[in-house]
Amino acid sequence: MRALDLQYMLGLVPVILSYVPLTLAMAGIAMVLALIIASLLAVERVVRIPVLDGLVAIFISFFRGTPLLVQLFLFYYGLPQIVSFLTQINGVTAAIMGLTLHFSAYMAESIRAAIIGVDRSQWEASQAVGMTQSQMMRRIILPQAARIAAPTLVNYFIDMIKGTSLAFTLGVTEMMGATQKEAAGSFLYFEAFLVVAILYWIIVESLSFGQRWLEVHLNKAHAR
Amino acid sequence: MIRIKGLTKRFGDNTVLNNIDLEIERGERICVIGPSGTGKSTLLRCINFLDRPDSGTIEFGDFKVEAAKATRRQILALRRCTAFVFQNYSLFTNRTARQNITEALVTVHRQSSDEANRRADAILRETGLLDKAESYPAALSGGQQQRVGIGRAMALDADLMLFDEPTSALDPEWVGEVLDLMRRVAESRQTMLIVTHEMQFAREIAHRVIFMDGGRIVEQGPPGAIFGAPQDPRIRDFLRRVS
Ligand SMILES: Nc1ncnc2c1ncn2[C@@H]1O[C@H](COP(=O)(O)OP(=O)(O)OP(=O)(O)O)[C@@H](O)[C@H]1O
Ligand SMILES: [Mg+2]
Repeated sequence: MRALDLQYMLGLVPVILSYVPLTLAMAGIAMVLALIIASLLAVERVVRIPVLDGLVAIFISFFRGTPLLVQLFLFYYGLPQIVSFLTQINGVTAAIMGLTLHFSAYMAESIRAAIIGVDRSQWEASQAVGMTQSQMMRRIILPQAARIAAPTLVNYFIDMIKGTSLAFTLGVTEMMGATQKEAAGSFLYFEAFLVVAILYWIIVESLSFGQRWLEVHLNKAHAR
Repeated sequence: MIRIKGLTKRFGDNTVLNNIDLEIERGERICVIGPSGTGKSTLLRCINFLDRPDSGTIEFGDFKVEAAKATRRQILALRRCTAFVFQNYSLFTNRTARQNITEALVTVHRQSSDEANRRADAILRETGLLDKAESYPAALSGGQQQRVGIGRAMALDADLMLFDEPTSALDPEWVGEVLDLMRRVAESRQTMLIVTHEMQFAREIAHRVIFMDGGRIVEQGPPGAIFGAPQDPRIRDFLRRVS
């Protein structure tokens, strides 16, 4: 066993750090898109629109039932062969697409469970004052479901941040891709991957501060 | 004039409402009494389609809905003729007391938020809850929550206000303040249909008392007659048990 090359590791930190914005941007954009799609899918699963319901079920089943890496390859290498306007698709776009669809399927299921978990009194009160289905969902049910689903959704966001590392297989130089290149030059694989592992870890841990803030914010209405 | 004809509701093969006919004058206050499980709640819930009746018609003035063929739009319109006060308050838990009142004014009745807030504050003042305007339901006592619930219903200016045992879930100490508020609503000549177990209150406030049993209206009349000289032995039984 040899000693770790600490100096090399310290030198590597700023290099990898410069790719953190790209990683966070991919995860952030994919999260926002996935939340929107997941909410729509979840609402559909609850109100069950004929025909659409079957398609949504298949969508969710497919994107939960196949590996994220396979989905990314499908979008990046596969789709352009079939759909001509996608020939220009770059790795970042394909990664965001893959992450969005993959996680929207998971998030749809937890949002659906949260919607069903909203007390029946809330549905009835909304109906009794004359709200339409969509007013009830937007103003009363989904905000309450968000509170129930929040801890799970934050966990998916964490998975998503880590999932962006797969974009390197599409030729994207993000944190993982940059590390891979550095390691290939120095042959100090252990040091390089240890540095990137620690950086991912720090990012994810600092998110838990955000999580606590979010929970306090969402629980505002329930404080006595 | 509100006219209900042949209202029938089944859950499976259990006929919970059996051909109910009921006419309600503008400004009339009706109390519905009767044993547990006889369809009192279901009657109120069918009037605004929280439960969908199987057959019968409901008329608010010229607006008529045939239960079996009611469209989504008709159901919404019907709900906008009514306001509902729930046994368990059912306030929007993600809304403050004031927002509980403004919510439907803004989303359903398209009032500006200024207008809705002014209305809400007037109602909160009347219900003695202005200092709780910014409180969420979880921070209110049962009595306060139910007063907000009644305030939310008052704001709708509905043709008919439906009350489903508004004091049954309350600790005894809060019952009085809720009944007091209902008396004030009554003074405004609001048309009210009230399911209640508060016999004294029914006797005092109702123009007409309806006794239900087995999904039917067994007997109805002025409170003096129903409580003083009921014809049907089931009413005598019932009154003996609850008094
Ligand atoms: N959603 C439902 N599904 C099946 N049965 C129901 C449903 N709601 C009510 N019932 C049945 O309908 C009957 C009447 O119920 P309802 O709640 O209207 O009675 P109630 O007169 O309001 O009784 P209480 O005084 O206990 O509130 C009961 O037998 C009840 O079990
Ligand atoms: Mg009842």
